[in-house]
Amino acid sequence: MPDLGPHAVFILAAYGVTFVAVAALAFFIVEDDRKQRRLLADLERRGIRRRSASTSAKPKGGAAEKRARKHGT
Amino acid sequence: MVSLANPTRFLSLVDRMMPWLTALTLILLGIGLYLAFFVAPPDYQQGETVKIIFIHVPAAWLAMFGYMLIAVAALGTLIWRHPLADVAAKTAAPIGATFTFIALVTGSLWGKPMWGTYWVWDARLTSVLVLFLLYLGLLALWQAIEEPGRAGRAAAILALVGAVNIPIIHYSVVWWNTLHQPASVFRVGGPTIDPSLLAPLLVMALAFTLLFILLHLISMRAEILRRRVRALRQTQVERAALVEA
Repeated sequence: MPDLGPHAVFILAAYGVTFVAVAALAFFIVEDDRKQRRLLADLERRGIRRRSASTSAKPKGGAAEKRARKHGT
Repeated sequence: MVSLANPTRFLSLVDRMMPWLTALTLILLGIGLYLAFFVAPPDYQQGETVKIIFIHVPAAWLAMFGYMLIAVAALGTLIWRHPLADVAAKTAAPIGATFTFIALVTGSLWGKPMWGTYWVWDARLTSVLVLFLLYLGLLALWQAIEEPGRAGRAAAILALVGAVNIPIIHYSVVWWNTLHQPASVFRVGGPTIDPSLLAPLLVMALAFTLLFILLHLISMRAEILRRRVRALRQTQVERAALVEA
């Protein structure tokens, strides 16, 4: 580690706060992503799927399909 | 571009991009930190404290970039009512708020040894604090309204109203007499920073920008999946109610 001079504590504190803030943000985002994948996989395992996700069904504009489109999915 | 507006195609693209983007971000962060700590010389005035600038300035740029992204997405929500625009805006808010927080804290930690104080109510610092409060307001609004469509439209209006703060932040050092120094990188006549300090700053800025994009894409994917889960659960409840009837 290079000599950071008389203000080393301010420099290290700045990098420390940045690291902790970014690490916490990344942790929450990645965990949320994993959780949503798990929940979706669980629903699909139970046979609950979007119409557009099934291979045979054509989009018929049903209530679930309309809701999925409305929710941006 | 139009095909990317389809959430399923967007998710597929994100899945393919993720490993490359993650690797590139980590490599650039490594190079940037190496340049900052082992190559960049001390500044003739700031000494080694200039190392704080390598994280403070990129964080401040991304604080404004995040809000501009939300404001543009807000137009997409209000004019075209595209749900992906709302997803982009909602997921950019916590990331933008974090970078604003980093800019405020690292700025204070730089200010104490350089200015002799952690904080002054000058136009630049105050307008960035207002930006942080705007981010918090947006986050609170999205949390307060349960239905994503309604929450998205309300947040879009607030985001567009708050966008007036971005030029105020940028020009605050020109319009008012501030303790904060004027622009020294993106300015007419070129940067005033020595190339030996400009190089690590630009590498760190690029690394932070890629980090922002990476986290934003992962967060957007999570939000799209959350809305799918929500829609499927509602369908499940409705089907169960039909069977009972």
